[in-house]
Amino acid sequence: MSTGNTSSEYTSMTNRFMRILGRPEFSAIAAALVIYIFFWSVAPSFRSLAAVGTVLYQAASVGLMAVSVSLLMIGGEFDLSAGVAVISSSVVASIVATELNAPLWLSLIVALLASLGLGFWNGWLVTRTGIPSFLITLSSLFMLFGMNLGVTRLVTNSVATPKVDQIAGYGILQKFFSGTWEVSSEAGAARFNIIILWWFVFVIIATYVLLRTRIGNWIFACGGNVNSARAVGVPVKKMKIGLFMFVGFSSWFYAMHQLASFNTIQAGTGYGAEFYYIIAAVVGGCSLTGGFGSAAGSAIGAMIYGMTMQGIVYAGWDQNWFRFFLGSMLLLAVLLTMNVKRLSAARSI
Amino acid sequence: MNQPIVHMEGVSKNYGAMHALTDVNLSVFPGEVTCVLGDNGAGKSTLIKIMSGLHRHDAGTMKVNGSEVHFTSPRDSLNAGIATVYQDLAVVDLMEVWRNFFLGSELRKSLPILRPLDVDAMRKITDEQLRKFGIELPNVNRKVGTLSGGQRQCVAIARAIYFGAKVLILDEPTAALGVKQSSVVLKYVDMAREAGVGVVFITHNPQHAYLIGDHFIVLKLGRMQLDARRSAITMETLISEMAGGAELAELGRELRHGRNS
Repeated sequence: MSTGNTSSEYTSMTNRFMRILGRPEFSAIAAALVIYIFFWSVAPSFRSLAAVGTVLYQAASVGLMAVSVSLLMIGGEFDLSAGVAVISSSVVASIVATELNAPLWLSLIVALLASLGLGFWNGWLVTRTGIPSFLITLSSLFMLFGMNLGVTRLVTNSVATPKVDQIAGYGILQKFFSGTWEVSSEAGAARFNIIILWWFVFVIIATYVLLRTRIGNWIFACGGNVNSARAVGVPVKKMKIGLFMFVGFSSWFYAMHQLASFNTIQAGTGYGAEFYYIIAAVVGGCSLTGGFGSAAGSAIGAMIYGMTMQGIVYAGWDQNWFRFFLGSMLLLAVLLTMNVKRLSAARSI
Repeated sequence: MNQPIVHMEGVSKNYGAMHALTDVNLSVFPGEVTCVLGDNGAGKSTLIKIMSGLHRHDAGTMKVNGSEVHFTSPRDSLNAGIATVYQDLAVVDLMEVWRNFFLGSELRKSLPILRPLDVDAMRKITDEQLRKFGIELPNVNRKVGTLSGGQRQCVAIARAIYFGAKVLILDEPTAALGVKQSSVVLKYVDMAREAGVGVVFITHNPQHAYLIGDHFIVLKLGRMQLDARRSAITMETLISEMAGGAELAELGRELRHGRNS
């Protein structure tokens, strides 16, 4: 039994070792390395610089949203509507710009407000009613999914959003959200999309906020033990609503990237993307029950997604195995996280 | 004798038709441990909830430092210098010791953007404060979940005292602990008393209460059954008052009789 001071039996060596093992990202980094080495050896084209650009782009396409989704999960909630919410935001922006003839900047602001409003709605309902976020956001998912298609068809008579490339300012939108730059070296030439950079910015800011600000402390506390958090004066409801709104902001940001890249969006898509965000967060070490995880981990999870998706293409295998692989990664990650959590919070006695 | 920090007189609380507390008097003096004993349902938690601002009393008066108060939230109670350490919800297991220590009252640097946490200062203060209580951790970066049950209670107690609690309400701090762990917690309660804090020690264990208490109140069905200073009673009286001496003696006879027949 450990009493007041027998814990010094813990040597600093084992302590440091346990702390590294107890980091949420640890197993994800190990898995990412194995996957990288694996595809490096089986698929020659995986080694090219062009492949790096493509893999990073795939990773960013999931990773950008996975950042806010992982913060929300650390805070003890999750959001099933995050996938279709992206489409909703681009539907709003394109319809306001084309049908109402609003300037592009105004359409972007309206879409941003709609996305933040959706986050507020989800968060407010969850904190107000105490109904699990699974159910609240599942209902949002279906309402939005129906609305995306319904509104688009009503306005345009088709399932695609109106084209926005003729609107003044589209060039700037493209440069900011989806600009590309070429890099060439002995390893060949590659094209990198600016969304990769934005993704890194999201990860860095979120990591800083989580580990070095009061807000971050409160996010961990909300997910770790909501009663303790409340007892020491953490504004739990505001925190949760804020986290849902951050998911809203991210979905707007990613929606603008899609609009800038594709000009028109299929209103019936987006369904299912939320699972990829959640998988990236969980593979990166987030616990579904909250209080544990990291933003950097979600980036590793997204990298695993990107590498596997492209690796299977480069290796020339049947694409369907990608989903099988992702599912098995998820299972592995959940089992590992369970143990890592136990390691990091196990009694020393 | 000096002035009590908290003084309750004739306090009553009803939940509908149920009389949870009737006419309870309680004074908390600085540097004293007041033990509140009672069986399940005796009204101990109702009493805590009134003092910590979760419930309002229906009758009687509650004074803090001589002036009457009506708490409407736990914040009011905290601001009046009353800190409550609950048995289970004191700390967040998955967070580091220093983060737990400062949770809700984080130290921040005065930089304009994002106001980053002053991590070094918080680690240093946490370590110092815990050492004062005789808890020496190899480092305060450990997750609270890795501490023993007694140590976790102590982190919560040390935190409350550091943040200026004048009155510390401990809700069954030894209930879930083994003998050795309990003695650790009792030592910390003693240290809190030495530091001049008025301690309200809620328990259903008369042995633990008698070891540490200066003043004893036994509640039964919401009423005060005993109100005595340490000099006025013995451990035996306390145990018998607490256990409902007469009923137990009767039960003992019945059980022995049942075995013999």
